[in-house]
Amino acid sequence: MAVTKYTEEHEWVRVEGDVATVGITQYAQEQLGDVVFVEVPAVGRKVAKGEACAVVESVKAASDIYAPVAGEIVEGNAALADSPGDVNAEPTGKGWFFKLKLADKAEVDGLMDEAAYEAFVKSLG
Amino acid sequence: MRYLPLTDADRREMLSVIGAKSVDDLFKDVPASARLGAKIGGLPDHQGELEVERAFQAFAAKNVSPGTAPFFIGAGAYRHHVPSTVDYMIQRGEFLTSYTPYQPEITQGTLQYLFEFQTQVTLLTGMEVANASMYDGSTGTTEAVLMANRITRRHKALISGGLHPQYRSIIETTAKWEGFKAVLSKADAEGLEDLIASVDKDTSCVVVQNPSFFGHVRDFTKLAEACHAAGALLIVVVTEVVSLGLLMPPGEMGADIVVCEGQSIGNGLGFGGPYVGLFATRDKYMRQMPGRLVGETVDADGKRGFVLTLSTREQHIRREKATSNICTNAGLCALAFTVHPTLLGEAGFTRLAELNHAKASQLADKVSAISGVKLLNDSFFNEFTVKLPKPAAPVVEALAAKGILGGLPVSRLIPNDPSVENLLLLAATETATDMGMDPLVAALKEVL
Amino acid sequence: MVQSLDRSQGRAGGVAASAASNHGTFTGNRALQIEEPLIFEMGQPGRCGVDLPEPPKVKDRLNGLRRAGTIGLPGLSEPQVVQHYTRLSQKNYAIDMGVYPLGSCTMKHNPRINEKVARLAGIGDLHPLQPVSTVQGALELIDRLAHWLKTLTGMPAVAMSPAAGAHGEMCGMMAIAAALEAKGERAKRKVVLAPESAHGTNPATAAALGFTVKPIPANDRGRVDLAALKAALGPDVAAIMLTNPNTCGLFESEIVEISKAVHDAGAYFYCDGANFNAIVGRVRPGDLGIDCMHINLHKTFSTPHGGGGPGAGPVVLSAALAPYAPYPWIVKDGDKWRVAEDGAKVDGTPLGRLKAFHGQMGMFTRALAYIMSHGADGLKQVAEDAVLSANYVMAALKDVMSPAFEGPCMHEALFDDSFLKDTGVSTLDFAKAMIDEGYHPMTMYFPLVVHGAMLIEPTESQAKEDLDQFIGALRSLTERAKTGTAAEEFKAAPRFSPRRRLDETLAARKPILRWRPSNHPPGSDPMKQAAE
Repeated sequence: MAVTKYTEEHEWVRVEGDVATVGITQYAQEQLGDVVFVEVPAVGRKVAKGEACAVVESVKAASDIYAPVAGEIVEGNAALADSPGDVNAEPTGKGWFFKLKLADKAEVDGLMDEAAYEAFVKSLG
Repeated sequence: MRYLPLTDADRREMLSVIGAKSVDDLFKDVPASARLGAKIGGLPDHQGELEVERAFQAFAAKNVSPGTAPFFIGAGAYRHHVPSTVDYMIQRGEFLTSYTPYQPEITQGTLQYLFEFQTQVTLLTGMEVANASMYDGSTGTTEAVLMANRITRRHKALISGGLHPQYRSIIETTAKWEGFKAVLSKADAEGLEDLIASVDKDTSCVVVQNPSFFGHVRDFTKLAEACHAAGALLIVVVTEVVSLGLLMPPGEMGADIVVCEGQSIGNGLGFGGPYVGLFATRDKYMRQMPGRLVGETVDADGKRGFVLTLSTREQHIRREKATSNICTNAGLCALAFTVHPTLLGEAGFTRLAELNHAKASQLADKVSAISGVKLLNDSFFNEFTVKLPKPAAPVVEALAAKGILGGLPVSRLIPNDPSVENLLLLAATETATDMGMDPLVAALKEVL
Repeated sequence: MVQSLDRSQGRAGGVAASAASNHGTFTGNRALQIEEPLIFEMGQPGRCGVDLPEPPKVKDRLNGLRRAGTIGLPGLSEPQVVQHYTRLSQKNYAIDMGVYPLGSCTMKHNPRINEKVARLAGIGDLHPLQPVSTVQGALELIDRLAHWLKTLTGMPAVAMSPAAGAHGEMCGMMAIAAALEAKGERAKRKVVLAPESAHGTNPATAAALGFTVKPIPANDRGRVDLAALKAALGPDVAAIMLTNPNTCGLFESEIVEISKAVHDAGAYFYCDGANFNAIVGRVRPGDLGIDCMHINLHKTFSTPHGGGGPGAGPVVLSAALAPYAPYPWIVKDGDKWRVAEDGAKVDGTPLGRLKAFHGQMGMFTRALAYIMSHGADGLKQVAEDAVLSANYVMAALKDVMSPAFEGPCMHEALFDDSFLKDTGVSTLDFAKAMIDEGYHPMTMYFPLVVHGAMLIEPTESQAKEDLDQFIGALRSLTERAKTGTAAEEFKAAPRFSPRRRLDETLAARKPILRWRPSNHPPGSDPMKQAAE
């Protein structure tokens, strides 16, 4: 059973076994507007928690995506190169960014669950 | 004052709407210690157009206009004929007095010519994508090195001894303060330099110039291959863009980034600026480019239009993570550059290049026939280097005293290097005539 | 994560069809608005817009590297070229056409005498590397402008070569790095402080030089919070980068205290001079304790904006930074002028070179012509009229729009978008509606610290009656927006411009950055193909 967690950087992290899939939330895609370009990390790259490892661009904004947990990149979503609009259409589905193999599964426990994230978004007004 | 429309009555009325007694009230946030009561002293007051023009004519009278003397100086800035249409177009107020096209609905004129400009640059350089211009070739070259460093994540640039000495100096300066390594090869007057063996796994890029500062025409295909094998980029610099009408474009040699000084097309000498930098690369490096880009799109009615695009690379959005701190480009000089090749077309551009090459060939034959003068170039486009039997700097001064602007003593740009002390760099463009070449040859014979 | 600057996407889809499109013409043209193809769609082999002589026959000395294929340039005759670019020009708004209130850009009148003198034989046609004995007047001209810039700013030195404002910033910050290095402090002072409202070039420049940029907060009056600045200053701080008047159009009233605190902490004060037009001739930045400031000649000193350049960004330097000024500069020996170029023996330790040749001479000439036309008396009046005009616009609009801060502004008036709350009209929509009224919009969404910012800089160049009409148009637009039923109408704006809103998303997702036959197949009508 997959568990989905959230970060204050508006990323979601879905954990299945020791692999986490990472993307941005509905709220984040709304804030960005039409996504025009996504750069995903190379397979094999080891990232520390909080390290900038992907970039998402809309017409008027560019943002770094930070690794929510430490690990090794096992896949980047290559389809986003041709259809960055997937991030807007299905941010938690086809619009995922990358998958990483967790370095420390316990790190995931420190992230927000859905209820906590919803409350967090609400607090932003 | 002719530029200021407000009358004293206007000013009084405006102050009353604002609710201020005097304009001084509006400056109340300026600390009292810095508020000047009167105008700044020691400077003249306003003048009419006639007086201003006279003052500038007086400056001009103290210079020797190239149009009045046999003229053979190049070295990164070339004297070409600029068609009247070009200068007329850039003086149209709709181009001259508009700004960066932030509002595409009312700046399609600027955006479309920049799109045409970008296309012309890719055609001339043989590259896939070009930006909407840089300040000039010299600063553009340094931006290319920084771009290569970003792409390769390496920090060592190899700089050819055939690159313009001032371009080398700018890279060196930037390397020092921005923190990367620039390895500068020694001046390559003979055109024999081979950098292939120097390319290694730490090299981010190799920067060469074609034709080189000394005029040599080189094939960099093998160097490009060596760079790519080592994971480095090849940057080819062209300071005489007219040469691209005749020469194999750098893109065909395998260059990854091409930077040109575009002054030769459409832009006068202007004592060194403003000029226009051309910057082209491969599609895959598009998002690592500095500077503005214009792209095609459609408007709400479905009509084709143009916009600034991919601007998230730029400083106003990416701030400290931008690809460059550049904001302004060389818009108006880019327009001059665009109009000129449009007038020339394929046939005219090629013929212009042929003319340059032919004039320089004639000059090279005439000068190298002088006893004691040795031509260092087997190949050249419109500029070449000769070795004189004595230091070149005083020779050039002596020529100037005879009313001849007879080339550049290499020692002016490469000081304190005895190996270049006797070298003279000579250029001939389509503007050169026999009536100019013969006095140069005669004077050189006298002076030597 | 999200640092969205402009919540309004540049997306064209969904906009109501233009009523105007119901009145089609055979050509697609609309009177003076001519639909114009690209040159690549117009050329014919056999046409040429120049007549060049047959080249003399010579032996080819190109090392066997002759271009194999064609370049691909189209052939057009001279009248076609004139018509093409004239038609394009008519799709541009320009200062020559009216109010161009683009805040922080100082879109003032560009006098034509500037153009004339820049083209004089003996000035416009000089080669940068002619023997110095043949360019004495040119060197004197540069020095004359340098003298004006130093005197107007109250600073002892100026580096003339930077090509534009951002290049000047680079020069100034390199000089600061050089001064720190000379004191052996470069390794420990790695932080540059800049307000969140700074121009994007400031953090970009500092970061390029390896500095870490730390934001300093503003107070509720839109100025730097002095206490917060003092708290941020420490032995790790290299410099502060501050625009004054600042990007909110306000004078930093505690600037003397700021510069003292910065210097007491052993750091330097970089002043971004983008807004010098507000104070030229009236306040000398040198009296405020700054160490360096770039001057955008295309803003304060009227050199043409030219569709985004060329600019020129000379940097004035304090005595502390002057020894590090880059090559080249002009020196007078007796009655002769010369140029100090690379390798020349000089006092001080130049930081290197930033640009080939001598800087943007063509801009120096124009700026000096402007300065001499105004004189010291006229320049003071420039600042006063610029500030008066901005305050007048502010006063005449403050009851219907929402000024971001209280009190007088300097040369630009800043509004936020609270007056548009609940109208369904965004800052972007409001700006686009201004286009239909015949104006270039103000600067939008900058500075970032103000929500939906609208920054209006009328400059000193507009007559009062033109300002009044501009004010009337904005008041009318606010009235329409506040009916609460006009959102659709605003979102459909502009309707009367050469193009309506353009699809920026499409442009960025599938970048087409050059003409190619494959993008534009022969026979297709470029004006209509996209509509299908």
